[in-house]
Amino acid sequence: MKTFLSALLTLGFGVLFGAGLVLSGMIDPAKVQGFLDIAGVWRPALAFVMGAAVLVALPFFQWTRRRGKALTGEGLEAPPQVIDVRLIAGAAIFGVGWGLSGICPGPAIVWLGLSPAAIAPFVLAVIAGALLAELFKDGKSV
Amino acid sequence: MVIDTSGIATAAAGGALIGLAAGGLYLTSGRIAGISGIFGDLFTRRPALWKVAFVIGLILAGLAARLGGVGIPNGPGTGPALLAIAGLLVGFGTRLGNGCTSGHGVCGLARLSVRSLAAVAVFMISAAVTVYIVRHGLGGVK
Repeated sequence: MKTFLSALLTLGFGVLFGAGLVLSGMIDPAKVQGFLDIAGVWRPALAFVMGAAVLVALPFFQWTRRRGKALTGEGLEAPPQVIDVRLIAGAAIFGVGWGLSGICPGPAIVWLGLSPAAIAPFVLAVIAGALLAELFKDGKSV
Repeated sequence: MVIDTSGIATAAAGGALIGLAAGGLYLTSGRIAGISGIFGDLFTRRPALWKVAFVIGLILAGLAARLGGVGIPNGPGTGPALLAIAGLLVGFGTRLGNGCTSGHGVCGLARLSVRSLAAVAVFMISAAVTVYIVRHGLGGVK
């Protein structure tokens, strides 16, 4: 029951996150590429998406970390803090894909609800890429 | 440089919703709304229920936007071949670098993580360079 309620709450946060992606323009590849194209007609609007998101999220994250646990009593996810070749290479490769398409993972999933057939090649390729990276990570540590 | 400042208000409002969703998820459950990780885990390991719920929430947001007649772009922009190539890079890169625009960009920066700041700087630069090459070629600004 607790797991179910927690999943329901998480579903609500997913809807809210998706609504933010739609409203902000992040699901529009033309706007994303317009933001990334500083040499053409630069459209800085999308910088305000990350800016506002971080400003709003910051007090939540800092307060939660000070508490040391979530409201439900669960522990906090603590990602590693290492800056290594894998992090930099991964981020660089992701950036190329994001620049080519103007689509990052969140908007891709929102597009699954909007136009599943049109976004299918992207989403299937994301899955293939993730599986490939898992093999790479297991086989050889950078 | 020509700057088009349209859409800043909705970008910031959408960003605030994203921040609220990411902050709310962390406060209530200690979980990080890193979408590439959440989505990738659905296929690379036995997924937790909350990850399935979050992804369904994102899809529902897209469906709701479609039903609600919110102004949305016609399609994800590029053709299937380019989408597949971009998706492969996005899937591989985010898995290797442990995050994308949501995990590193929103949650990581709100956690004041230096590792995420490094990742954001790298993928922003690599995406901007990619858009520059695609739109303006290597010969300079057209």
